[in-house]
Amino acid sequence: MTTPPEIMMHLSEAAVSVELETAEMTLNIGPQHPSTHGVLRLVAKVDGERVSEVEPVIGYMHRGYEKLTEVRTYPQITALVNRIDWVSGFANEIPFMVAAERLMGIEAPPRAQYIRLILTEMARISSHLIFASSYPLEIGAATPLMHALRERERILDLLESVTGGRFHPNFNRIGGVKPAAGAGASTKKVSQDLPAGFLDETRVAMERVVSVCDDLDGLVSGNEIFQARTKGVGVIPVEIAKSYGVSGPNMRASGVPFDVRKVDDYLPYDQFDFDVAVGENGDCWDRYQVRLEEIRQAARIISQAIDSMPSGELQAKVPRIIKVPKGQVYVRAENPKGEMGYFVVSEGGRIPYRVKIRTASFSNLTILQWILKGILIPDIIAILGSLDFVLGDVDR
Amino acid sequence: MIAPLLGLEINFWLLLVVKMGLIAGVISGAALVAIYGELKISAHMQSRIGPYFAGGRFGWAQPIADGVKFFQKEDLMPDDADPFVYKAAPYVVLGGTVATFVIIPWGPDLSVRDLDLGLFYLLAVSSISTIGVLMAGWSSANKYSLMGGLRAAGQLIAYELPLVLAAVGVAIQAGTMSLGGIVEAQTQAVWTIGSVDIALPYVLGGQLIGFVIFITASLAELSRTPFDMPIAESELVSGYMTEYSGFRFAAFFLGEYAGMIALAAIASTLFLGGFWVPGVSADALQYLGPLVLAAKMGALIFLFIWMRWTFPRLREDQLQSLAWRWLIPAALLNIAVTAVFKVVL
Repeated sequence: MTTPPEIMMHLSEAAVSVELETAEMTLNIGPQHPSTHGVLRLVAKVDGERVSEVEPVIGYMHRGYEKLTEVRTYPQITALVNRIDWVSGFANEIPFMVAAERLMGIEAPPRAQYIRLILTEMARISSHLIFASSYPLEIGAATPLMHALRERERILDLLESVTGGRFHPNFNRIGGVKPAAGAGASTKKVSQDLPAGFLDETRVAMERVVSVCDDLDGLVSGNEIFQARTKGVGVIPVEIAKSYGVSGPNMRASGVPFDVRKVDDYLPYDQFDFDVAVGENGDCWDRYQVRLEEIRQAARIISQAIDSMPSGELQAKVPRIIKVPKGQVYVRAENPKGEMGYFVVSEGGRIPYRVKIRTASFSNLTILQWILKGILIPDIIAILGSLDFVLGDVDR
Repeated sequence: MIAPLLGLEINFWLLLVVKMGLIAGVISGAALVAIYGELKISAHMQSRIGPYFAGGRFGWAQPIADGVKFFQKEDLMPDDADPFVYKAAPYVVLGGTVATFVIIPWGPDLSVRDLDLGLFYLLAVSSISTIGVLMAGWSSANKYSLMGGLRAAGQLIAYELPLVLAAVGVAIQAGTMSLGGIVEAQTQAVWTIGSVDIALPYVLGGQLIGFVIFITASLAELSRTPFDMPIAESELVSGYMTEYSGFRFAAFFLGEYAGMIALAAIASTLFLGGFWVPGVSADALQYLGPLVLAAKMGALIFLFIWMRWTFPRLREDQLQSLAWRWLIPAALLNIAVTAVFKVVL
């Protein structure tokens, strides 16, 4: 006796529905959790290990910086903005300074711009080294952390020797860089130049940074388990990346060779020869590789900048009390986390009327709901880590 | 047996108490050494110094100081926890591990009890600790704990099989399941060159694949990296241990290291010749045996620690596929090949 195909079909469907079904559980990841990079909260609907849906909740670190800028003078805002993304505090200052300078119609002298550029790239290296250390830790390897953080320490020491601050340099001034101690109303303003031996030490540090990248390649990238955990995980296709406004290394890992350093002129990047690191598949592995490559490229930029360091003024001529004329400007910069921009509206006077801060981490995180679907719980952590965000940069 | 060794006729119950005391002392002492080893070895692998001040030199007293600290900590229990199961879990873990030490032969006549079905007993009791882990995960009333406990259970089912199958190869080759017998079988000469008998431990004498499978499965049983998903701190906070504090946490901690020592002892006995070392007479082994076994265990524990600080963590599905698709077929093949050789040779 033969069974009609329709009945066979029903039988097979019945067999499927007999499969054990378990109740969905709501798992609250964060805001206090080892791998959410601060106070990100993810409300995940999980069935066993499988995640069906994730709802990110942000705002636990909101400090109201955009509002605070409306009651601060322009020089005071410098101290605020380098607390947005504290892993690369120096890089946050630059676009705001450039925005204020453009509104005032001045430009920092070349030497100041070079110092800004070197320190920005150092901030990038330090930020990416944090990523290179914490990402393997989230995948479960504890040792690369120490190797990468040790090198980062040298970079921070160099940053500190120039700016006096490791995380929050507060070093830029409108029209240049920080005046030396003692400068004020009564004394003539003396700008603070780089400390003695800084350039040589930086050159050595850059060589070490490149070698630690090779170490990490040997220790982490070549590891079979690391590759199994990252390759093909958390793939962001180009169209999706574009539509969600993903930027920075996350965007480039998807194969978009877009780098604000190449297209805008907020710092003299056009005078240096460097490659834009681009990935192919947009998975966690590519995001990791792109960042490692960016460390190498940043070291390359810094070495070139040291070789062609111009001499001269560190500070453009600015009035003692900074008043910005009426107008509005948007300046964006390629920060370690992605594209950061300040939209400054001035009604004239000592304080801005409105400052809109476009932070990279916030825009990058919008993709979470799309990407954290139908994956396993360990992949949540792998993907979160690979997006490399800072909660201060998200909530600001 | 210890009594003949000491040349004394001792009352059975007294002897039992002595043996229990010895096991408890040896396990906790060895666990402290292993903890210290892990602290120092991981430190040097990460360009750190590790414990330095406790105890005067080299920070040797750090594990003891940590232990004292655990005693001082408040013993917390979540309101919704199942009190009895929650409190019992750490001791089930520790007890299951300690029970394995009963049959480890430390010398020709030096074991608590050399059971005829030693291997069988061993593999049975070594699974008890996973029940403790599951108890902890279930009773903690915490979702992370629950997932940790379930991961541990899934891992046990997947890795108990290759562990047993790898040991079966040894049992076939030795022709006995008594651990003392297995060590003795490894002392038998494989070849005789001139008047020199050459005997090989099983890792060199045909069970290399079995050894690799056994060590891999041991790592999974111990939930150590790269198989530490049950406690994966970056995902599940601390897995089944999340809610534990104070002395109960210390019991888990001790259980983890005692488990490592137990599996190292078993692997040494099954594959590395146990207390036996070539060129030493049986009489001398009566006294040197424990040292020889301890040295072999130390080497294996170093391997475990080395792996832990080198590898990232696998994902749960990758762990399962490694067990079912690679380890178990390889172990079955190993058994088949061993059996053929056993019959042919």
